[in-house]
Amino acid sequence: MKNGSIIKVQDLRKVYGDTTAVDGISFKVNRGEIFGILGPNGAGKTTTIRMLYGFSPMTSGSLRVFDLDIETDWRAIRTRTGVCHQDNNLDPDLTVRENMHVFARYFAMPQKMAAERTEHLLKFIGLEQRKESKPPELSGGMMRRLILARALLNNPELIILDEPTTGLDPQSRHLVWERIGELKKTGITVLLTTHYMEEAARLCDRLIIIDYGRIITEGNPAELVKRHVGHEVIESSPVSEELCAFVKQRGLEYEVSGDRLLIYCREEDEDLFHEISHQYCRDNCALRTATLEDVFLRLTGRQLRE
Amino acid sequence: MNIFGSNNITTRFLSVWCRNWIVYLRTWKINFIPPLLEPILYVAAFGVGFRLLVPSVQFHGQEMSYVQFIAPALVAVSIMNSSFFETTYASFVRMYYQKTFDAMMSAPVSVQEVITGEIVWGATRSLMTAAVTLAVLSCFGLFPWPEAFWILPVAVLGGFAFAAIGMMFTGLIPNIELFNLPVFLFITPMFLFSGTFFSIDTLPEWAQWFALILPLTHLVNLCREICCGSVLSIGAITAGIYLVVFSAIFYPLALRTMRKRLIK
Repeated sequence: MKNGSIIKVQDLRKVYGDTTAVDGISFKVNRGEIFGILGPNGAGKTTTIRMLYGFSPMTSGSLRVFDLDIETDWRAIRTRTGVCHQDNNLDPDLTVRENMHVFARYFAMPQKMAAERTEHLLKFIGLEQRKESKPPELSGGMMRRLILARALLNNPELIILDEPTTGLDPQSRHLVWERIGELKKTGITVLLTTHYMEEAARLCDRLIIIDYGRIITEGNPAELVKRHVGHEVIESSPVSEELCAFVKQRGLEYEVSGDRLLIYCREEDEDLFHEISHQYCRDNCALRTATLEDVFLRLTGRQLRE
Repeated sequence: MNIFGSNNITTRFLSVWCRNWIVYLRTWKINFIPPLLEPILYVAAFGVGFRLLVPSVQFHGQEMSYVQFIAPALVAVSIMNSSFFETTYASFVRMYYQKTFDAMMSAPVSVQEVITGEIVWGATRSLMTAAVTLAVLSCFGLFPWPEAFWILPVAVLGGFAFAAIGMMFTGLIPNIELFNLPVFLFITPMFLFSGTFFSIDTLPEWAQWFALILPLTHLVNLCREICCGSVLSIGAITAGIYLVVFSAIFYPLALRTMRKRLIK
């Protein structure tokens, strides 16, 4: 199983009473890649992850991790997996070091090994100076890094990160990104959910975008941008009627969002910006590179999700 | 062993117990004050203040002072309180506010092992509290030795029973304030009417039957029999069997309600 799939999900469904949280999704995660699950709030990301490590039972479908069945071989799967939750679930009464040692017990890890792994991992995430601090004394970024270190205690082959950088300042976020990159180099497979498109574009080899429990697109970030948005985006604000008419007449792909007009340009539309900015909107017009955020918003819509 | 089935208990539950033990060691000094002081306060109130009102009590044909009469009940109450409050308020905080159980279940620990670890920890708290209470009351010469040693295994059994029913409430109750209900409807009436401060023989007949349903009545009986030196009496054995059956009913119920609450 050197290059095979670490995770195989087929027609996975999860129904809670009247609501279908996950509605028949299928995907594979290959060994050694960083795979992203993106989606608005309530799209089914966390539910999917919870089924993956055997926390929630699935309603139907099939799910194999390391080619093992989650329902019968859950202990073997969890022994080889690290999970980094969205919530802070550190023990507030224990020090950083004790948090690690206590967690190692859940894996039945020998104490000497637990101590060695703790030393190594606290250095890895830059918390070796705070060994004797308790979580409430740490900053949000430190706590998140500690949760990451804890998820790595058992030397996992697969690590599941549920929104690893939500609420972090830019410094901490970059440190977490760097560490995730380093983990990938050691051959660990990473499954991550995120709200941040910049994060997904930077880290993920492949990703899926899900909405209302279904996969709406799948692929490599750059390829997705090309496929769904194109090369560049012209943003103009406020929306002028003449420009709208021009865009329609030329058959360009566009979108109106509030008082902003977004025109999606393909690679062959090189002179378009020049033309538009000269004729329609000299000052309030900008050309920028298309991003994953454009893909996300185009596919999942701009309305708020609660 | 299907993860969502119920036969998922291995010795891995000890790691959950161990987590609680390590946290307890951080605060043991504070935790030891109540069981140390409480029995002294009771002895002072009932031994000194009550002595003129109730000079002596008859139990099993033995004449004893009122303090001697309530001493085993005080141990029984301490057994009940320490495990019940551990698996209600304390477990609820771990489950709901600290999300400790979620963290455990991302490691190879099953929900049944988490809950078993919590209940066994509750029983351990009872054992420790009972030992301290017993030691303090023995200083006043209120317990016969070596018979009183039997209180310790009884504390584990009684502690397990009350930890199990407490855990069941934790599985059912929507928010922490609502623990007031089982405390007022279950714990407080038991504290008063389970033969703790007066023998249940003095109650009207219907109330006696009712008292016999309550687990604390049997735990008090068991402790009192031990105190009278009749460890292997019929009364003691019946009370012991009651507590075993009670545990055998409420332990699986606790596992069920908690699984329903945690696994969605």
